[in-house]
Amino acid sequence: MMTASKYFHAMITGPISLLKGMTVTLRYFFNPGRIVTEQYPENKATLKMHDRFRGRVELIHNEENLHACTACGICEKTCPNNSINVLSTKNIAGKKVLGKYLYRMDTCTQCGFCVESCPFGCLRMAHDFEMSSADKQTFNMTLNKTEGQG
Amino acid sequence: MTFGIPNFIGDMVREYSPWPELALGINVILAVIAVLAVGIGSAPILIYMERKVCAHIQCRLGPMRLGWHGVLQTVADVTKLLFKEVYSPKGVDTIMYYLAPMISLTAPFFTLALIPFGEQWQVIDLDFAVPAIIAINGLGLFAILLGGWASNNKYSLLSALRSGAQMISYEVSFAVIMLFVVMISGSASLNDIIATQSGTVFDWWIFKLPVLGFVGFLMFMCISTAELNRAPFDIAEAEQELTAGFHTEYTGTAFAMFYLTEYINIIGASALGSIFFLGGWQAPLIGIESVDNILLAVPDLVWMFAKIYFLIWLYMMFRWTWLRPRIDQLMSFEWKFLLPLSLILLALGAVFTAMGWVL
Repeated sequence: MMTASKYFHAMITGPISLLKGMTVTLRYFFNPGRIVTEQYPENKATLKMHDRFRGRVELIHNEENLHACTACGICEKTCPNNSINVLSTKNIAGKKVLGKYLYRMDTCTQCGFCVESCPFGCLRMAHDFEMSSADKQTFNMTLNKTEGQG
Repeated sequence: MTFGIPNFIGDMVREYSPWPELALGINVILAVIAVLAVGIGSAPILIYMERKVCAHIQCRLGPMRLGWHGVLQTVADVTKLLFKEVYSPKGVDTIMYYLAPMISLTAPFFTLALIPFGEQWQVIDLDFAVPAIIAINGLGLFAILLGGWASNNKYSLLSALRSGAQMISYEVSFAVIMLFVVMISGSASLNDIIATQSGTVFDWWIFKLPVLGFVGFLMFMCISTAELNRAPFDIAEAEQELTAGFHTEYTGTAFAMFYLTEYINIIGASALGSIFFLGGWQAPLIGIESVDNILLAVPDLVWMFAKIYFLIWLYMMFRWTWLRPRIDQLMSFEWKFLLPLSLILLALGAVFTAMGWVL
């Protein structure tokens, strides 16, 4: 049951709240700078993905093409889709080092568990997303550039 | 009743041709073409405008691909809609099913014919234009009820009944607000209503009556939004509850007719709003000689359409800002708030007229 005081109270507060809503939309309407739409194929050159975008997995290499992977295999165990195979090898000194970091992008769901679980921080999610291909073999990648390094 | 907005072609036929009776027929054809030009010509512009306004409110860009900033997008959409197959689902009442969009499209054209878009730009100058518009509004409701019932669909029927309840309720206060304007301006002819507002901006009814005019304008906007079945009062086609309401079962041209009706109704309602409160086709003079001369140089047609499109923009801002009330809230808003307020407004208007404070 609506009391009289409530009725008159709503008469004042109702229009005020409506006007508050209008100020928000008017501000958006007259500020084209707030628009977030990306005009994708046209702005390919300037398009910058935001930091947390998860594309394919990437092994971080420095300027001398060296990576920090020790072939411990934790990422391989963490991966829910078995998309990662870390094949280790032995270097001249007999130490276990990374031979091939096999990554299958076609089964990867970009969950990012491997990046989180890596104890040395040598993985990251790359920002490229135009990965479609007609050839399935292109999705089987070897992430490390040099073999038996370390 | 005068069919006689003097026009060049009709006069020439009457004077020089061997059959002067032909002038009447030619005038009728010209009138039909004029109304169709305003109605059907504006619809693609309004659809484009609605998309852009809604997109910018929501931090989007809207159509951008077809033509400059997507101006050809509506042309493509309308073409697609017209070439779609028209079919009726099983179990519909075929005659009424196809009659409904036709009736619904007829009503707004009636309103457009009565509206003076400029000093010389009117099809019919009725002395009783305001009562006629109130009567015509009923036709639109009739079409919605018919379409909803003939569709043989639970949601459509529910939507039609809701819409019927809503439009009948709001028609009461719509009529009262119109009568308020008729009372203070002393005439039911739209041309006379405009004539009473001649002068500067402050002679428009929105400013001429101290507070009352502005309250009246706000209420007119509110009630006409409900009359148009537009959000936030789009109970008839509340997507989340009733799929698309009364036009769920319609495809192709039949659906396009309902769609067109909605947009022509918007033009009609905002034209009425600008005639009643914003001085119709009169230029917004501000009382300074040099500025006024520039403003008067602009044709009256341009001022009328500028006002109409401003009001349409307001309707669009309303639509994309506010939330839809429930059906019971909607009805109590009308019967417990708008109707008493409009009656008070009418009474105050009567006091103002009687005391001679108006003119």
